[in-house]
Formats: sequence, C-alpha cells, structure tokens
Amino acid sequence: MSSIRWYKYSSPQTFYPLAGRLAPWFGVTAALVALYGLYISFFLAPTDFQQGEAYRIIFIHVPAAWLSMFLYLIMAAWAAIGLAWHTRLSSMMALAIAPTGAVMTFIALWTGALWGKPMWGAWWVWDARLTSELILLFLYLGFMFLHAAIDDPRRADRAAAVIAIVGAINVPIIYFSVKWWNTLHQGASVSLTKSPTMASTMLWGMLIMSVAFWLYSIAAVLTRVRSVILERERNADWVRQLGENA
Amino acid sequence: MTPPGLLDCMKTVIARDVRIALRRRADVMTSLIFFVIVVSLFPLGIGADPVLLRTLGPGVVWVAALLACMLALGRLFANDHADGTLEQLILSPQPLSLLVLAKTIAHWLTTGLPLVVIAPLLGLQFNLDADALLVLIASLLLGTPTLSLIGAIGAALTLGLRGGGALLALLILPLYIPVLIFGAGAVEATAAALGATAHLSILGALLLCTLVFAPWATALALKIATE
Amino acid sequence: MNWESVSAFINMGGYGTYVWGSFGVTAACFAFELLALRARRRQIISALKAGD
Repeated sequence: MSSIRWYKYSSPQTFYPLAGRLAPWFGVTAALVALYGLYISFFLAPTDFQQGEAYRIIFIHVPAAWLSMFLYLIMAAWAAIGLAWHTRLSSMMALAIAPTGAVMTFIALWTGALWGKPMWGAWWVWDARLTSELILLFLYLGFMFLHAAIDDPRRADRAAAVIAIVGAINVPIIYFSVKWWNTLHQGASVSLTKSPTMASTMLWGMLIMSVAFWLYSIAAVLTRVRSVILERERNADWVRQLGENA
Repeated sequence: MTPPGLLDCMKTVIARDVRIALRRRADVMTSLIFFVIVVSLFPLGIGADPVLLRTLGPGVVWVAALLACMLALGRLFANDHADGTLEQLILSPQPLSLLVLAKTIAHWLTTGLPLVVIAPLLGLQFNLDADALLVLIASLLLGTPTLSLIGAIGAALTLGLRGGGALLALLILPLYIPVLIFGAGAVEATAAALGATAHLSILGALLLCTLVFAPWATALALKIATE
Repeated sequence: MNWESVSAFINMGGYGTYVWGSFGVTAACFAFELLALRARRRQIISALKAGD
C-alpha cells in the first residue's frame, strides 16, 4: 500500500465515512469477544481458593484499568501529533478518546471498591494502583474541562494537548510516588493487585476481556469522532450536503 | 549600542516582577495569610491532641503550602496579559522559556519563599521537634520552586479563561502530588527517626527535571493562549 | 460447569451483590455511553438539517 492512500484519510472529510464503516464491525466483534470472555469468567474459570467467587470481578477490573491507562497514552499521542503537525483530525481523535477513557477509569475504580469491600472490609483502601487510577481520572477530567472552557476550537485543541502531554509524562512519576507512599503508610497491608497465584484460565479470561474492552473502545471512539467531525466542520460544504441529503 | 544579554534581560524581568509584587503587598500577603489560616483550621477540625497533631503536622503544612502556591498563580501572567506586557515578552527576541523562568523565579521569591520562612512557626503549632522543622524547611525550599514551575504551566494554559481558578486547581493538583508525597514524607521520615535523605534527593531531582521541562512547556502554553 | 443451580450462580458464594454490582454497573456504563453517543449524533444531525 502506498503512503498516499493512507494520507487521504487524514482529512476529516475522508475519515468520516471510513469511521462510519469500521465502527459497527468493531462493535459487533467486541460483543462476540465479550460473550466469550464472560463465558470464561463465569463458567471456565474455577473458584478461587482464597477469595471465593468475588475474585471474578477481576475480569472487569483489570481490563478496565489497563484500558484506562492505554487510552490515556493514545489520547496524549494523538494530541501531540495534532499539536506538532497542526492536523485537525488528530486533535479530534484525542477529544473523542477522552470520555471513553474516563468511563474505563471510573469502571476500574468502582469495581476496585466493590472488590475491596468483601475482601478487606473497606470500600476504599489507599492501594497504590487504585489511588493512581483516581489521579488518572482527574487527569482525564482536566483534559476535558480545559478543552470545554476554551471557546476557540484551535486554542482548545492545543492547550488541551499540552496538558495531556504533561499528564502523560507525569503518570509514571505519579505512580512511582504513590507506590512509595503506599509502602510507607502500610495501614492496610493489602494489595488488590497482589493476585493469588493465577490459574492460566484466569489470565486467559482477563486477556480476552481486555481485547473485548479494547475493541469496544475503538468502536465508541470512532463513533464519537464522527460527531466531533460534524460539529467542527459544520460550515464545510460536504457537511452541509450531508445535512441536506440526510 | 550592544543589545542586552540574556542574563541581563532575565535579571530585569525578575527585578521588575519583584518590585511590582512588593508594591502590591496585599497580593503577596494574601496567600501567606491563607497559608496560616488553612494550617490553623486543621486542629480546629480534628482536635488538639498533641500526638495526633504531630502525626498530621507535616501533611497539613505541606497541603496548605500547596494550596497557597496555587492561589497565588493567578497573578503570574494575568496582570501582564491585561496591560500588554506579556505580548511584548512573547515577541521579544530572547527565548521565551527563559523569560518565563525569570518570571517564575520572581513569583517564587514573593510567594514560595515567604512560605518557607513562616512554615517552621506553624510546625511548632503541631509540636514538631527541631529536626523535623529543619527538614520541613529543606523540603519546602526544594519543593515550592517545583510547585511554582509546574503551576506556571497551568497558569499559562488557563490564561483569561472564565472559571480559571478552579480549573487551574483541577489541572495542577494531580501534578503536585509527587512533590507532596516526598515533601511531607521527608518530614514524617525524620519524625520517625528514619533518614530523610532519600526524600530530599528525590525532591531535588524533581526540581531539576521541572526546571528543564516546565519553562519550555509554559512558553508553549503562553503562545497558544495569546495567538 | 461451575454452578449447581441458577440460584447458586446469582448468589456467587455470598458475594452476589459485589459481583453483580460490578458487572451490572459496568454494563450500565457502556449502555450509558452508547446512548450518549447516539444522542450526540442525533443532536448534530438535526442541527445541521435545521441550519440549512
């Protein structure tokens, strides 16, 4: 494939229909993989010796946490590309990723709390990973709110890109600091992430569910970016024609 | 006439900003008084048990310092933006990141440094002993410049925005967390008779990294905000 | 199979609230997101139709 064909899709106008064709495929595949993943979670994975059935929450908690971090990096990457090369579509992609990333972070926090309560008796233990997830949620919200607070779309894109990049660089620093802090303040000597010796089925289940979440995220982001494109490019001829023909 | 050198420009910027801040003493005093008030609120909210206060002291003083720094960030660029000076700085041939560094230094001299001076007195209110107080000063001395540098990025990004203060807090406070952890941690480690060297070293490292990276990011943010 | 009966499945060894609370809220989050996506698209499309 020559590079010219790929460049064609860096314009919102050509990417819009492509995203429209791809999104449903990702969505359906996500649903199928999720069904398989749920089957593993409930019917193949054995009962855990120490944690009973509650450990099954891991099949959502870990994939959501992985996705929340992965999506943030991808979002920051798109934002950085938009900042460096002034490509509008890249910034739109970053904007489209943020809400899905925030949802994943919320799910990770919620399931983390619901896992912690039966296991260690508290809805919130200041575990290093959970605390870092909370901070990650703040980073997502900061990106979204900064973008929303600026009226001029180009300034909004670029300012939000700066905070996304600064956040991305800080994530390892924040994680390391929180880990240090957590080992010092051994109030609850627990770790939600110190897993029991994992049966390979459990790992397989987590992997499959992660793939399902990943496919879902792609579908959601592609769908959202279509709306973002229409909103941003509403004065372009091709968008007006869409409005007339639709 | 030889054009002014970079160092001269930076010195001029620092001197100007400090002079302006000293003229508007109310601005400077406000964040200092805020610092004192916030620290005093905690015993009122938690109780005056000396042992409890000694445990909480480092964290409380550090959080209050963080908030006071953040409060003062508004005036870092806003006043210059309003009267057009900022645009002149951006347009000048000197590298903007170094001019930004100069402004941040001036800001720290009038905001962070007073906090460092007052903090030991507040530490006494929490029954911290002499060793802990010394480490408190050291940690704040290393930490508050970092807070100013990181905060400058946020101040530049939110320049002129409505709801600026709260938005600035949302953007900046997560980035402040490592400094808080190692700053308060240093004092707590001293109080527990473990060494604070590791904490202070990390604070120093954070300061150096921020010194290199933050002014450049702030300059970029300023250009984005004003074009 | 892991489960002796449907009620054992729902009960999850006593942890039913937590497990189903997790899976349920997750499903609700995704449903909410999808509905929000649909609403956003509808809004922009109708704005475009009205505007022209």
